[in-house]
Amino acid sequence: MIYSYYPGCTLKDRAKQMDIYARKCADVLGIALKELPEWQCCGAVYPAASDEIAPRLSAVRALMNTEEGKLVTMCSACHHVLKRTNFDWNRDENFRQKANNYMKPETPYDGSVEVIHFLELLRDEIGFDALKEKVVNPLTGRKIGAFYGCLLLRPGKVLAFDDPENPSIIEDFIRALGAEPVRYPYRNECCGAYVALENKACAEMQVERALNSAVAAGCEELITACPLCMYNLVENATAHKLPVSYFTELLAEALGVKEG
Amino acid sequence: MQKIGVFVCWCGSNIAGTVDVEAVAEAMKTVPGVVFSTHYQYMCSAAGQKLIADAIHEHHLDGIVVASCSPRMHENTFRKTAEAAGLNPYMVEIANIREQCSWIHKDKEEGTAKAIVLAKAAVAKLLHNKPLTAGTSAVTKRCLVIGGGIAGIQTALDVADAGYEVDIVEQRPTIGGRMAQLDKTFPTLDCSACILTPKMVEAAQNEKINIISYAKVEKVDGFVGNFRATIRKKARCVDETKCTGCSLYMNKCPSKKGKDEFNMEMNNRPAIYIPFAQAIPNVAVIDPEQCVKLKTGKCGLCQKVCTAGAIDYTQQDELMEREYGAIVVATGFKPIDPSPLNEYGYAENADVITSLELERLMNAAGPTKGTLLRPSDLKHPHEIVFIQCVGSRCDENTKRGKPYCSKICCMYTAKHAMLIRDKYPDTKVHVFYIDVRTPGKNFDEFYRRAVEQYGVDYIKGMVGKVAREGDKLMVRGSDLISNQQVEIAADLVVLATAIEPDPSARSIGTMLTASMDTNDFFTEAHAKLRPVESPTAGIFLSGVAQGPKDVPETVAQASAAAAKVIGLLAKDHLVTNPCVAGSDELLCNGCSQCEKVCPYGAITYVDKEVRGPGVREVRRVAQVNPAVCQGCGACTVTCPSGAMDLKGFTNQQIMAEVDAICL
Repeated sequence: MIYSYYPGCTLKDRAKQMDIYARKCADVLGIALKELPEWQCCGAVYPAASDEIAPRLSAVRALMNTEEGKLVTMCSACHHVLKRTNFDWNRDENFRQKANNYMKPETPYDGSVEVIHFLELLRDEIGFDALKEKVVNPLTGRKIGAFYGCLLLRPGKVLAFDDPENPSIIEDFIRALGAEPVRYPYRNECCGAYVALENKACAEMQVERALNSAVAAGCEELITACPLCMYNLVENATAHKLPVSYFTELLAEALGVKEG
Repeated sequence: MQKIGVFVCWCGSNIAGTVDVEAVAEAMKTVPGVVFSTHYQYMCSAAGQKLIADAIHEHHLDGIVVASCSPRMHENTFRKTAEAAGLNPYMVEIANIREQCSWIHKDKEEGTAKAIVLAKAAVAKLLHNKPLTAGTSAVTKRCLVIGGGIAGIQTALDVADAGYEVDIVEQRPTIGGRMAQLDKTFPTLDCSACILTPKMVEAAQNEKINIISYAKVEKVDGFVGNFRATIRKKARCVDETKCTGCSLYMNKCPSKKGKDEFNMEMNNRPAIYIPFAQAIPNVAVIDPEQCVKLKTGKCGLCQKVCTAGAIDYTQQDELMEREYGAIVVATGFKPIDPSPLNEYGYAENADVITSLELERLMNAAGPTKGTLLRPSDLKHPHEIVFIQCVGSRCDENTKRGKPYCSKICCMYTAKHAMLIRDKYPDTKVHVFYIDVRTPGKNFDEFYRRAVEQYGVDYIKGMVGKVAREGDKLMVRGSDLISNQQVEIAADLVVLATAIEPDPSARSIGTMLTASMDTNDFFTEAHAKLRPVESPTAGIFLSGVAQGPKDVPETVAQASAAAAKVIGLLAKDHLVTNPCVAGSDELLCNGCSQCEKVCPYGAITYVDKEVRGPGVREVRRVAQVNPAVCQGCGACTVTCPSGAMDLKGFTNQQIMAEVDAICL
């Protein structure tokens, strides 16, 4: 099965290991991730104003250049921007018209691409039961918490990923790899995001609340799909600290393509 | 040729604003058959009706067309006018030029042209009308009340008081309903059981009232005045005539895992039980899911201790058939399950409870004997957060809750907050609200007392997250007045959950062909003017089955429904609708298709000797029972041979109307 793949800037730099292990795992699972040619930054932040067109243009270009019907994303932030832009494209005539007027593409994007996160690919296309059978190195006995953050889940209706208030997809993923998922109430909260630049104390408060809640629930390590969450959970941790890795690293470990 | 008069109504400016009524009246004068045509400001007024009566006499009219509002509004008015003037009331046709014309058009020229066409169609139909005579049917002087909560009890008491027999069919083992579960009632704070149980006893002692508990209505057929219901009385495994309600068996029953429904499943009960001390009938019931004897055949302890010999494990469901003149739907409500609203963490935290669960926790007969202790560790909570509108007033598109306001939550939350502050002054109480809605007699005063005298902290805003941290529940919400995020470390969180119709309502609605809205509340015949009647004749609505209400409103509506029932049962005969179907035996080939589509079971088949031109044989032909037929017309459109026709709406009349519009 061939999928178009949009890695995003961070995965070429700070979050290289998320990308590297995703590709290794894809090989084991018999999936071809075909990187989009000449992709650009997704725009990083989805604009808050509905008449802001320009910040969404690069996402439209990525969608336009997708040949395989499904575009796989890895980073929560890229997934968020691409999925929401795709949603807008199919519903907002004004946005579509203005974007086309500006870009003047030879053939305008027809809105047919489906943006899926790698976790969705694992759940919906491969299936966690089938994934379980591919595990050669079950992570038995490890107590792992999922940190979803906010971008992967919200807005729930648009992302249609999981219940934003009580998600379970990463827990199911952890269970498929043989480890014990630990649910804790603050797993779907904001990590502090870019506020860390202006108000470090605020980010520290957010991270402390999450880590405190995770430790109390019995987590020994965390996984995430978001480079920004990774940054905050590591750099802005204060009283409590936990090892954090990307979900693809954990997957690679279980599939035997990464040293534990 | 008939002599037809046409009367065009202005309806003030409602019609005259968009339709040139004078032009319509003028145009109708040239239509064949019309001998008189005029217009008037309010045709339904006494003066307008006199105008019609005078014209009938003066021009010897034998049919009239009134071009006015919907026939649902005034068809009856004008039929009576015509009848009083000596015309057959079914020689009246209404052209609806208001709802179907003036109200939906803006262009006067187009509106006028359409009004003329509609009036012409009515004349075309009227030319084929035949005088019809209404028949009569008898009235069974007994009323069925479905549901034995405060609504059903009140209706039954009032109907019985007028001298008519009433059967209350209650699905639970006791009557009393939701009100029996409440601790106190607002705004007077009197004990709910203290005011309800005397009414329950009164119902039980009234010789006109027959309480059929632990039963459900399985089938209803017939029509207004003549319903026939099949009622299934479930096997209690306890003889109601022998049981004394002694409770000796309670400690003997080895099964202790049944969930106590009366206490919102917060504690367990034995397999044999009486729901609560004041239950009526005060008779035990055996839960077949939990009873060891019924499941394995071994045990029988309760039978051994029962001195009255009331226990009978072999008891079977009993089916009874009863006849009724009127049926009252009083099926009540249940609180929604807030588990899917994950932000409140109801499913995950024992100390997040619903308001009805709190009622039981505060009640002396509840699982904690009336001491407020939180479920997880049975400690006294010192900081309590109430969250209002949980599942109420939700955006319909999100499918996360109900679009409507549940109406009672603002008041019972104020009640809870006040009672807790009064009994446990060391407890801090916060209430998150969207709006506080307290329009009722002494209601707003009550709410203000909670705020001003009892110091309850009302916070305008909603809650986004309830999360456990240690032994606290962290409640995070927004305070829209100070525009800040607030976080409260609470010991107990109480959700004012939306209420929804009892799950049995949908099937009962279908059984009675009583219409319901998209939320499964029963629809009233007119939202403003006929609020306690269903559009289906003979079906009446009582209590929350029709829409959210508090106790005083429920009781008022229950009495109103009873008044309507009494009005019906007081009649010896009902005038039937003469617009019923009939089959032409010469054309009918006995194919049974009409029987299959008839929703009222009005069609039967008989073998009949048919004599016609060149025909003399015995055939199987359809026959319509005119007392049962409701004139819906389903059979006439289904009949492949054109044998079935509907009086007052014959195929010929409908085609004449269509031709008048299209040709």
